[in-house]
Amino acid sequence: MDSVDSKKENDLRSEELIVNLGPQHPSTHGVLYLEIHLDGETVVKCIPHIGYLHRSCEKIAENRTFIQFMPFTDRLDYLASMNNNLGYALTVEKLLGLAVPDRAQYIRTIIAELNRVASHLIGIGTFAQDLGAYATPMFYCFSDREKIIDLFDELCGDRLTYNYMRIGGVSSDLPPGADKVIKDFIKYERKKMKEYTELLTYNAIFLARTKKVGILPKELAINYSVTGPNLRASGVKWDIRKDEPYLLYDKFQFDVPVGIIGDSFDRYKIKFDEINESFKIIEQAIGGLPEGNPVAKVNKVFRAAPGAEAYLRTENPRGELGFYIVSDGTAKPYRNKIRSPSFSNLAVIPEIVKGVNVSDLICILGSIDIVMGEIDR
Amino acid sequence: MADLGALFLQGSAVLGFIAVSAMYLVWLERKVSAVIQNRMGPMIVGWHGSLQTVADVVKLLLKENIVPTGVDKLAWWLAPFFVMVPPVMAFLCIPFGQKLIVNDLNVGILYIASVTSVCVLGIFMAGWGSNNKYSLLGGMRSAAQIISYEVPLLLSITLVVMHTGTLSMQGIVAAQAHGWFILKPGLALAFLVYLISATAEVNRVPFDIPEAESELGAGYHTEYTGMKFAIFFLSEYTNVFIVSSVAATLFLGGWQGPFLPPLVWFLLKVYGIIFFLMWVRWTLPRVRMDQMMAFAWKFLTPLALLNILVSGWALVK
Repeated sequence: MDSVDSKKENDLRSEELIVNLGPQHPSTHGVLYLEIHLDGETVVKCIPHIGYLHRSCEKIAENRTFIQFMPFTDRLDYLASMNNNLGYALTVEKLLGLAVPDRAQYIRTIIAELNRVASHLIGIGTFAQDLGAYATPMFYCFSDREKIIDLFDELCGDRLTYNYMRIGGVSSDLPPGADKVIKDFIKYERKKMKEYTELLTYNAIFLARTKKVGILPKELAINYSVTGPNLRASGVKWDIRKDEPYLLYDKFQFDVPVGIIGDSFDRYKIKFDEINESFKIIEQAIGGLPEGNPVAKVNKVFRAAPGAEAYLRTENPRGELGFYIVSDGTAKPYRNKIRSPSFSNLAVIPEIVKGVNVSDLICILGSIDIVMGEIDR
Repeated sequence: MADLGALFLQGSAVLGFIAVSAMYLVWLERKVSAVIQNRMGPMIVGWHGSLQTVADVVKLLLKENIVPTGVDKLAWWLAPFFVMVPPVMAFLCIPFGQKLIVNDLNVGILYIASVTSVCVLGIFMAGWGSNNKYSLLGGMRSAAQIISYEVPLLLSITLVVMHTGTLSMQGIVAAQAHGWFILKPGLALAFLVYLISATAEVNRVPFDIPEAESELGAGYHTEYTGMKFAIFFLSEYTNVFIVSSVAATLFLGGWQGPFLPPLVWFLLKVYGIIFFLMWVRWTLPRVRMDQMMAFAWKFLTPLALLNILVSGWALVK
């Protein structure tokens, strides 16, 4: 009997199936290449391969003056260019010890929060797309984002890579009537968010697909230095805007929404809550917008003291974006290290996809919401 | 000789109708999705893009036929035929009107159900023959899905046959002369079960798992190009038309209705169901494979069986 059984086992040889998800694949959000080892449809191992979008941003920074590097920050997390601009400008200002006019700070806050809304809208839309809701939520979210983009277009003449912030302020003042446009948008979008909640959030199929899928435990998230909405979805109340306030965030009233168990649903839901909080901040900032100059009077060429260094982290839509700049006394930085949130967020994916279904892998990947531009830099 | 000529004419008429209706459905789907998504949809070729699909088909006809290395030649070449021929054969028994039916077989509905289930062979052949992992996964998923949903589908058809006592499509239509079956409680439930299973049968959202685009590329027809791909595409829409017309015949009184001619009534009902399927497709997310199988075996099949039991008891009493 034994020999027959063992023979049978030899006949039914089974092996892992290796599937290459990407670099060209409809749901990898850019040129991410995931090497997936499958047992049937269960993921045994998942290895992310990155580097398809590498542009040597950090090296380029060493050969540019401080202000010349600003357009390159646009291309890090290209869905949140304003926030990248802001992080870089703030770091250089910290390095140089520059004071920035109040009006510039208010405008920066408004613009950065608007960009956060735009970025989260894309996160929600593409996540629904990954779950197989054919394009409809994505079109809704993209057409809402379009309104923000139009405003940015009027503001700085660009729709994706803005290059709007300057060291010491912003490149141009808000266009006349912008406060009304923004207020109207907030009113419109609040109504729309209700609609999306009805369409997706409490849809039985959507809940079945996302609840308890890809749970990211609190400890694991901290160990992998996951930041942003993904960390907060796991129940950690950590937001740089609250805990290490930059700009004027300590002046505004807003909450830091947190999730409960850190599953895909929480990571999705938290984007809704954060959009609402962003609206609160924008409304307060517009209400208190002071008169004045949108940019400080600064030199054309900046020079920091030799050996001066500065590190500053800001709350990007996808997590903590940090710039570490070291100066050697010339007009160009000696080193510019970028700490991008998506890089750490991607690193945790292989941990949480072990043993899940291949469909759930797509769901988790969509809920973590990475942008390849800042992973490869 | 005259018979042969008539047969030829009938055959051409059916094939022509299938081709035109499938192409029109592709256009309709694009337009419906555009309305749902606040877009315009195709607008360039013809009035409101009505000739867009014709242009697409011409383009696909002219395209190079790429055969990947290492395909299983026989399965690869035969798969499109296995996918396209069964739905075309099913048209034999679809009653468009009192006289507008190619052949009212006395086993009509059984014939349609058995012919259309051959499709799964073609899909699996495509998945297996393509020598592509995505295709294989898509093909296997599809086989599992279609076979699972065949059960509740047939069970809901069984209930109709229990009421009519005939398998002939015209007989079923005639039995609804004094009230559509959807208005009877047991059969209304059967209609619901049928509609859900049919959605799964034709691989549409929320059951479009075999070709889950965001997971598997295009599933079982990933490797097909040109006209072969077009055949997969057209067969999908022909299948949609078949399941909708069966639903209309079985539950909505077929071609019967006041004032308007029978053909118009029939097409109205069929396109009503098709519109509903499109509406669902562009609104709902996709379910997961295991959830879908559990839904078929643990919920839909017992429900259909229970329905048969209760309705059957009522019939006997």
